[in-house]
Amino acid sequence: MAYGVTDSLGGTIVKLKRYPFVLDLLRRLVKEKPMGTFGGALVLILLLSGVFADLLAPYGMNEVHLVDRLLPPSPQYVLGTDQLGRDLLSNIIYGARISVIIGLSCACCATLISIAIGAVSGLIGGKFDMAVQRFVDACMCIPTLLLTITIMSLVGKGMPQVIAVISITMGIAGSRVIRSAVIGIKENTYVEAAYALGCSTWRLLVRHILPNILAPVIINFTLIVGQAIMIEASLSFLGFGVPPGVPSWGSMLSAGGRQFMERAPQLALYPGLALALTVYGINMFGDALRDLMDPRLRGGVGRYKRVEKMIKKTN
Amino acid sequence: MITYAIRRLLLIIPTLIIITAIVFLIVRFVPGSVIDLIQAEMAQASGTGVFDRAAVERELGLDVPIYVQYGRWMGFLPFPEKGFSGVLQGDLGTSIRSHQSVTEELLRRLPVTIELGLLAMLFGALVSLPVGVFSAIRQDTIGDYLGRTVAIIGISLPAFWVGTLVMLYPSIWWGWSPPMALISFTENPIGNLGMFIIPAMITGLALAGASMRMTRTMMLEVLRQDYIRTAWSKGLSERMVIARHALKNALIPVVTIVGLQLPLLVGGAVIVEQIFCLPGIGRLMLTAINQRDYPMVSGLNLFIAGFVLVVNLAVDLTYGFLDPRVRYK
Repeated sequence: MAYGVTDSLGGTIVKLKRYPFVLDLLRRLVKEKPMGTFGGALVLILLLSGVFADLLAPYGMNEVHLVDRLLPPSPQYVLGTDQLGRDLLSNIIYGARISVIIGLSCACCATLISIAIGAVSGLIGGKFDMAVQRFVDACMCIPTLLLTITIMSLVGKGMPQVIAVISITMGIAGSRVIRSAVIGIKENTYVEAAYALGCSTWRLLVRHILPNILAPVIINFTLIVGQAIMIEASLSFLGFGVPPGVPSWGSMLSAGGRQFMERAPQLALYPGLALALTVYGINMFGDALRDLMDPRLRGGVGRYKRVEKMIKKTN
Repeated sequence: MITYAIRRLLLIIPTLIIITAIVFLIVRFVPGSVIDLIQAEMAQASGTGVFDRAAVERELGLDVPIYVQYGRWMGFLPFPEKGFSGVLQGDLGTSIRSHQSVTEELLRRLPVTIELGLLAMLFGALVSLPVGVFSAIRQDTIGDYLGRTVAIIGISLPAFWVGTLVMLYPSIWWGWSPPMALISFTENPIGNLGMFIIPAMITGLALAGASMRMTRTMMLEVLRQDYIRTAWSKGLSERMVIARHALKNALIPVVTIVGLQLPLLVGGAVIVEQIFCLPGIGRLMLTAINQRDYPMVSGLNLFIAGFVLVVNLAVDLTYGFLDPRVRYK
């Protein structure tokens, strides 16, 4: 099948190479968005540190060397040690793993919840939609941090609890975006046609609506990863997040206590730096992704430019 | 405008009721009954001693069914001795620890948090609006990239990290330590501002980042409009075009964004107040949660949620006032 620009007699002037979607996205990312690529590189470093933490960290998790407490950076302990003699670099790498786990799982669960609430509410509409929207409004009025702290203080510390609480709060907040996307799709004629043919609501949702709201869903996903990592760090900093044995960048910033940090300021500097760089990378990458996906998917500003360029080249 | 305002007001009432229900139920329905927690703490503290469950239940008001508890807390149903005393009468409960009225404590601490919030929003607006406008005018140049990078850095820097570093390094380098006791505004305005300026700047940083991007987006959209093109072709200078024609229309959604940042502001206030030891509502909430003081926690949550709701309403009405297109949707 000839895909490209044709002249008035039907012959092909220019043939466009059709790239698979993901590769095309990556190509455009590197070419047009340098800062997004930098963010993507940071995200990749985070992911790899998380997955290969055991191989990368010079010392084990929570490995205590009571003799070498509060040392400054040295060749033996690259970033120094904390008040129990644990190597800071290893702690940061293991903290990266916790952040990756929490970020990705919270984003997955939250996206599922957002779709469940937002798509169903948007599709059904009417009184059900109004009632659900009042509930979502109410949940969004309570600040996320206060809500999560209150719930965490009641359910106790622990990884599953942290993930569940953050997913639910972010999921309810994200359902707004999904709902407005679904309402936009609902206006299309093919939805009306499917409904006229007797399509059940479930099938309508899965076969027709969901594939078309993929762009906002993916963008929402990337946003939630960054926010989940930040919220988990804030929770751990205040003492309501992961349990004490688990290394988290947030708890590293508060666990030391003032007197230890005054003697070894790198304890406060590096975990927070890792957190800031991670969230920065995720935000930049998510931004670039949104720029690439949103207008282009609607139809072709990028493609027309490419066709123009190729016509100019051949002439 | 009146119908728009009435419509928005009517929508608030069910939301408000749902908020009270959520705040009330969280403490009661989340696993980990309050009484078990208190029992565990008392066992830890005193070791021996009879734990009279019924007495504690009666004291906390937990011996009646849940809807009766809700009714009493809200002020629909009367307490046995006190009569009607609930949210509708302005009484948010009594703290278990200090045995003082929640409302009293709240009102005492409120000015600190309000001052922090206002200063943070002022700082955020002062930084974000000019940079956002500049970023939009010089789109895709170095200035734009710099502005956008600074905006994203602002959102990405964790407030507790920056706050900890700001407390830490001056005390290491210069031996300086921030004042611990609150300097009231009426006694010493300069000292008071000096105490608040750094926490406000830190809290405002995240707001500044988000507003900067929104301002830039809206400005870009407005600059593509036809009336701006007319202004250019009339020969107006850049300053006239931006200031007289573009700015007003671009800033309207930014009002919404600033208003919607309020929940983030409250969350940020909790962290910053904890680090800088400011006696505000955030710190009160944290202490109450740590002490398992649930009437205080419920009361504070309700107050903050209600406050956010009212501000959202005000923002919506302002938006409807400024942009007539919204009213007729």
